[in-house]
Amino acid sequence: MAKQEKRTKFITRDILKSSIIGAFQKLDPRYMIKNPVMFVVEVGFVLALVMTIVPTVFGDDSTLRLYNGIVTVILFITVLFANFAESVAEGRGKAQAESLKKTKRDTMANLLLPDGTEKVVNASELKKGDVVIVRTNEMIPNDGEVIEGIASVDESAITGESAPVTREAGGDFSSVTGGTTVVSDWLKVRITSEPGQSFLDKMISLVEGASRQKTPNEIALNTLLVGLTIIFLIVVVTLYCFADYSEVQIPIATVIALLVCLIPTTIGALLSAIGIAGMDRVTRFNVIAMSGKAVEACGDVDTMILDKTGTITYGNRLAADFRPVKGIKKEDLIDYAVMTSLCDATPEGKSVVELGKTLGTKITEDLSSQMEFIEFTAQTKMSGVNLKDGTPVRKGAYDAIKTYVTENGGTVPADLEGIVTEISGLGGTPLVVCVGNVVYGVIYLKDTVKPGLVERFDRLRQIGIKTIMCTGDNPLTAATIAKEAGVDGFIAECKPEDKIVEIKKEQAEGKIVAMTGDGTNDAPALAQADVGLAMNSGTSAAKEAANMVDLDSDPTKILEVVEIGKQLLITRGSLTTFSIANDVAKYFAIIPAMFTLVIPQMEILNIMHLSTPYSAILSALIFNAIIIPCLIPIAMRGVKYKPMSSEKMLLKNMGIYGVGGLILPFIGIKIIDIIVTPLLALIGL
Amino acid sequence: MENTIVQYGLCIAILVALAVPLGGYIGKVMNGEKVFLTRLLSPVERLIYRTLKINKEEQMGWKKYAVSIGAFSLFSFVFLFLILLLQGVLPLNPQGVKGMSPDLAFNTAVSYVTNTNWQAYKGEVSMSYFSQMAGLTVQNFVSAAVGISVLFALIRGFVKVKSEGLGNFWADLTRILLYILIPLSILVSVLLVSQGVVQNLNRNETVELIEPVVTEDGDEITEATVPMGPAASQIAIKQLGTNGGGVFGTNSAFPLENPTALSNLIELISILLIPVSLCFTFGRNIRDKRQGVALFSAMLILLLLALSATFAAEQSGTPQLKAQESVNIEQTDGQAGGNMEGKEARFGIADSAMWATFTTAAANGSVNSMHDSYTPLGGAVPLLLMQIGEVVFGGAGSGLYGMIGFAIMTVFIAGLMVGRTPEYLGKKIEAHEMKMACIICLMTSVAILAGSGIAALVPAVEKSVNNTGAHALTEILYAFSSAGGNNGSSFAGLAANTVFLNLSLGIVMALVRFIPMMAILSVAGNMAKKKKTAVTTGTLSTCGPLFVGLLIFVILLIGALSFLPALSLGPIAEYFQMIG
Repeated sequence: MAKQEKRTKFITRDILKSSIIGAFQKLDPRYMIKNPVMFVVEVGFVLALVMTIVPTVFGDDSTLRLYNGIVTVILFITVLFANFAESVAEGRGKAQAESLKKTKRDTMANLLLPDGTEKVVNASELKKGDVVIVRTNEMIPNDGEVIEGIASVDESAITGESAPVTREAGGDFSSVTGGTTVVSDWLKVRITSEPGQSFLDKMISLVEGASRQKTPNEIALNTLLVGLTIIFLIVVVTLYCFADYSEVQIPIATVIALLVCLIPTTIGALLSAIGIAGMDRVTRFNVIAMSGKAVEACGDVDTMILDKTGTITYGNRLAADFRPVKGIKKEDLIDYAVMTSLCDATPEGKSVVELGKTLGTKITEDLSSQMEFIEFTAQTKMSGVNLKDGTPVRKGAYDAIKTYVTENGGTVPADLEGIVTEISGLGGTPLVVCVGNVVYGVIYLKDTVKPGLVERFDRLRQIGIKTIMCTGDNPLTAATIAKEAGVDGFIAECKPEDKIVEIKKEQAEGKIVAMTGDGTNDAPALAQADVGLAMNSGTSAAKEAANMVDLDSDPTKILEVVEIGKQLLITRGSLTTFSIANDVAKYFAIIPAMFTLVIPQMEILNIMHLSTPYSAILSALIFNAIIIPCLIPIAMRGVKYKPMSSEKMLLKNMGIYGVGGLILPFIGIKIIDIIVTPLLALIGL
Repeated sequence: MENTIVQYGLCIAILVALAVPLGGYIGKVMNGEKVFLTRLLSPVERLIYRTLKINKEEQMGWKKYAVSIGAFSLFSFVFLFLILLLQGVLPLNPQGVKGMSPDLAFNTAVSYVTNTNWQAYKGEVSMSYFSQMAGLTVQNFVSAAVGISVLFALIRGFVKVKSEGLGNFWADLTRILLYILIPLSILVSVLLVSQGVVQNLNRNETVELIEPVVTEDGDEITEATVPMGPAASQIAIKQLGTNGGGVFGTNSAFPLENPTALSNLIELISILLIPVSLCFTFGRNIRDKRQGVALFSAMLILLLLALSATFAAEQSGTPQLKAQESVNIEQTDGQAGGNMEGKEARFGIADSAMWATFTTAAANGSVNSMHDSYTPLGGAVPLLLMQIGEVVFGGAGSGLYGMIGFAIMTVFIAGLMVGRTPEYLGKKIEAHEMKMACIICLMTSVAILAGSGIAALVPAVEKSVNNTGAHALTEILYAFSSAGGNNGSSFAGLAANTVFLNLSLGIVMALVRFIPMMAILSVAGNMAKKKKTAVTTGTLSTCGPLFVGLLIFVILLIGALSFLPALSLGPIAEYFQMIG
């Protein structure tokens, strides 16, 4: 099971402080113009400010100074709230980046010169292709590949995982990351990235949001918001014309207030915060997404290609049963099987002991001191113990034990082969146990599906995601595991090329495919897939090809990342709907307020019974401003997500954010009106 | 009341019963499949292709398709503009009608080329028979055909995968005219002539009145001029092609344009026939009939809402009418009751309200009653139907592609809420589509508001309006909404033949016709390039009742948000003043 999201406090004192400063810094119009909706509010603010200073500048009455002033203040606060939301999102990312940066302090490296001598240089001077030697307690200066040596490496700076991992030359464990520390032995590393472009650098800039680009979906939504802003701008300007024609005087400040209330400020203010927070949620999950686009693409995934070993099953074959041959008591088989495994530290061995204990064996660990442990070797293909009296007890592959028993003058029981074949047929591994030259029976080792996965695959099915399991096993074994895990399909005897073929096949049907992988041979498939999640323990080729890297190297995390991607889109859609739905109530507040003086019958439209035209307009404007900080928590955390069919999900979110967005402002504006009416009366409005 | 419901139900049932097979037929024509007219018409079709050197297999990219439409429409405009300017010296002018002023000719030419048929002139006094036949009638055919061809291109955009071509505009135009519009018009013309609609090239006739009329100042009128002309042939296509420009000034309220109850039914059904059929064509040709039915249902529900609202408003009349003892406001067997001002006694309230709703739902614009005399809310419904961009069936082709613009917008918002990149008909909706959808959905609102807003500030316009106060604003708003929806119906009460109104309304008509058209073609071109995404349970269904409901909601919301302030100073203010 994946590690749970690190729950941090939503906002800390530091973040609050830096966000408030940020909110003011972002008032710079050159920055604001990137967010057209809020830019319009800022322009409105400037106009209102001018009219507060010189109320008659656009032909309005000079008595409106106070009213203009109040509008100015509310508009200013509205802009600040929007900037604050973005700053909070950035602040949360920055706090994370800080801790990463600490690891990036000046590191020295032992550069290996061509003549074989070493030279101590600053890590930042290392170029791609340089070879360095890293010894115990030294920091690996930059990303690279181990070309010689084997060592334990502490990667906690990157992954937060305190247990050191083994890195060695060749194979899938040869990649090392800059900023991690060698804790034992030494490594010869060839640097694979230019200074400033290491994985750590990329992570820092991603987390900080420095290299954040608007995702395609964000751009599309922004287009809609700009479109709505333009139409409301025209609505408001022409309303001024119509009012003029109808001989209704509307103060300019009211026109600005109406415009600001109508344009989608709520979503406009929170849009970039939602995007930053979405990336941040992924990061907190210890997954580094190379772009926001990758996170969004997760939400669209239709098919997931998952490796069996490591992702769906533990990969270690664990004891599931003991099968004695004819004439042997099961208890005896269990006892001997457990004996052979007492000193066996492999997961298989441990599982035999555990299963034996569950089945009631009396053999305990203290016996192990009286035995001589025989380790497994590739030559003998078996392991076991020699008892105190010298009796050899062995467990091993069927062929090996058969030979061993025959060589020692024993006979192979007639029913042994049957048991072995049956277990193999079920996808299990048979381990034959013999005592001296007598075969006792077979340990049934089985690949075990990780707990909780069956339910998760079921959840994925509900949201329309198909899972395909890839395994090198034979079709029979694959089918057994596939059925047990509840995946929708499987590819048996799968070679890396087969994964690409399968991905391409799914893509040709118009599906978005996600996969996880770690080996170099997974790299092409990771690149081909729309969403590729590489394991941090994997090779640098795999990480290069993927668009996300899981620092905990837990392949099942892809499931959560998909949900985060969906949640990101849902948050955007829901807040947009909420923002637009709010407009209805605002119309009911402002329109009667504008026209009642000239057309008294318009009072019928004042269904909220707001006390005065001024209080109505200001209440709507205040509601419009304070809804922004109220929604920051939703923008940061994302709306609640539970897997369900698309229709149900739409209905639910429409109910909450659509209908809620219609009703809530009626209540909110009324409450604000009740509060501000006496205050306004005090100052004579 | 029950009678009205039965009448409306029957009328819509007949409409749908005709539209379903016609939709299939149009779908076949679009694909060049064999239809029952193929044997008869294919030699003509081939001859046209050969003479005009058209390669019917050519697959135009969206830009070429758009440029072809632009060139064709520009040519049409210049051609019609010149006819109208020069009609005084052209043949077939028994009445000796003079050439039009340049601004009126501009307005009229734009109006017909854009399938609007806004008329700032009176047909029987300012149009020669040549202008009616070679100018207006031709445009009635081709402007409708252009709209339908754009829809064809869009359908191909949805169907095609990773390709460029949207079909050949010239071949589409030829097929639509030859196989759809001309045969249908012949059929409807004959039916109308059978009901007594005039069809000749004679001079107007002067007849003696059986019952002389005495005016208020005591003058006795004994004679009347009965207008003549090639009316039936033009009325058929004016109704079928969502054009709406009457041969005579009072349009289908005039007995020689719409003489009987049967002719009224034929003309009513003709208004919506092709727009309704195209929904089914759409479903058939994108190979998912449910999608067509979904769009049809959304439109039908909106139509029924509008129809009931108009009828209810007109039937209940006004408190002022009720207060007048001399008027019986209740509907009885003998009389219609309600607000009968501006309505033909022979059509009553039910038929007038239905026509007013149909003609503004479809971008037709022909009338059989004067919308200016409707009650504030009864008149606001046709106004709103035009303002939401003529998507309740709307113009031939243009209504449906406008609706698809709204569908794209709805899918975008709804799609986000289920956590996927939104997709419509298997194509992803991305930034480009959203940009174009915004243009399609908001162009009408922008043009109507900007146009009427400017007009409200122009002092000359004030002289054109008949009334004062809120109703005057409604008149201005109606004129620009009619132009901005490419509808062409007139509220009356506005003397529209002024230089300012001719030019401004002409510009509005051109903008709302061609800008969204180019935008939708660009969407089509972009869609054709995209791959088709697979449908899974995670995909948002765009044919269920939920989506239909959302689509309706989005249309009404955008309409309401854009126009509520303007309407509140027009009809809504009027309504509140009326009820006191």
